[in-house]
Amino acid sequence: MISGRTLEQAKEMHSGKNSKSYREAVGKVYVSPLLLNELGLAEGEKIVLKSSFGRAEARAYVDPGLPHFVVFIPMGPVANLLVGYETEGTGMPSFKGVQVEVCGAC
Amino acid sequence: MLTKAKDVVCTFCGCLCDDIILTLDENRIVKVERACANGMGLFKNYNPDLLSPKIRGKGASWEKAIKEASEILSSAKYPLIYGLSSTSSEAQRVSVKLAEALGASIDSTSSVCHGPTGLAMQFVGEPTCTLGEIKNRADLLIFWGCNPIVSHSRHFARYSVMPSGRFVQDGRESRKVVVVDVRLTQTARVADVFLQVKPGSDFELLVALKALVKGKSLDAVEVGGISIKVLEELVSDMKSCRYGVIFFGMGLTMTKGRDLNVRELFSLVKELNDHTKFSALPMRGHGNVTGADQVMSWLCGYPFAVNFSRGYPRYGPGEFSAVDLLCNKEIDALFVLASDPVAHFPSKAVDHIMEIPTIVIDPAESLSAKKATVYFPTAMYGVDCEGTAYRMDGVPLRLKAPVKGNRPSDEEVLEAIFEGVRRC
Repeated sequence: MISGRTLEQAKEMHSGKNSKSYREAVGKVYVSPLLLNELGLAEGEKIVLKSSFGRAEARAYVDPGLPHFVVFIPMGPVANLLVGYETEGTGMPSFKGVQVEVCGAC
Repeated sequence: MLTKAKDVVCTFCGCLCDDIILTLDENRIVKVERACANGMGLFKNYNPDLLSPKIRGKGASWEKAIKEASEILSSAKYPLIYGLSSTSSEAQRVSVKLAEALGASIDSTSSVCHGPTGLAMQFVGEPTCTLGEIKNRADLLIFWGCNPIVSHSRHFARYSVMPSGRFVQDGRESRKVVVVDVRLTQTARVADVFLQVKPGSDFELLVALKALVKGKSLDAVEVGGISIKVLEELVSDMKSCRYGVIFFGMGLTMTKGRDLNVRELFSLVKELNDHTKFSALPMRGHGNVTGADQVMSWLCGYPFAVNFSRGYPRYGPGEFSAVDLLCNKEIDALFVLASDPVAHFPSKAVDHIMEIPTIVIDPAESLSAKKATVYFPTAMYGVDCEGTAYRMDGVPLRLKAPVKGNRPSDEEVLEAIFEGVRRC
């Protein structure tokens, strides 16, 4: 799993992080078309993701630019349920490159 | 009556675009020109009206809020001051003074951004340059693990890919653009060459490139999912360009290897300078995160993760950095300056934030502000508050205050809390 900036996340951040539109913008998970197909999901369906650090629910959308087994979640409270907190002596937790299990529809 | 403010600096990201035009109706921004979508949001959504601070979610006077914040900090055994990156360097300076007075730890958002880059600089040095040099000279631009079209939307147009410069007069035509990333990002789609690296393979790829630059042959067909032939072509471009630059982002600092990835990148650039002129520049996120590093370095000798508990500054990434202090439950009070750790920290760190008293200074009521024991709604730097901010290349810019607001600045609130702490 990779987390990072999206235009939508940045836009909705300005309208307020307590707003519904911000929660929707950061409550998405982008997957490859192949993975969406393998999971038998339609775009917009809510799925469960698990890592060794936590569990999160997000709505699945396609990003054709993603490799088969890489998912992308906009930076924010949902992605942060999955990221690692070990900083390996640097202060930086693992916001990218976290192993997650995509468990399918809720 | 409508008035125009020209050459306003946008403080959303480290580009600090200083050509923004605002149209004002009294003290309301009614039109924003030249800004990207992120800059538009920053200016258009800001309401400069004076708001009351809050103590435990309820409105309070400024005096009461200052007193409450001062008492929380004075009575804490181990406070942490965190954030600093979306405020002026003048406010950053006062926050270091406050940390010293409290014997606190102080850390900026650098630790969850380019902190690993700082560590790499301390090992290798910083092969840097200004964005002006890049605009006027660079004919090979490599974007590694960053997506400026989304996060620094005017970078291409103002500083790197598009502008015609003194020695690159045909703009885009004069420059070759290479993107290295795990994802086919929006930035990768407009590149001349895209190298889709396997997740977690950046370090290997950088080592392989350095070996090829040194003239070694590699006993491998591919490295990190990229064929040796493609790497050899890239190395040939790197060695034959007149002025090359690698811009790099969180794709290197947030993944496995962190500072080691950046150390290897800097070593590669150092090696390339035996052949041609080459530089590297981190894509800094927050508007004045570079200033946070600069101010901390002048005053403490270190750019982030500093502790004053012994009365002098000690440096400790991994020990005095915010995520570590929170996850280890070491601190008993948190002072957040212009940042939102509740929205952007791992959940284990956020769990501890929820358990301890927090003080938040922020123009907007962020998730951290919503939870705060004491919240101060302050002026926005560069909108209704003057100050200084450092661009991602380390160039300081003076921020104007085109809007005449009534809110106190971060610096003023920090000074008042500093005085309050001294009286406690």
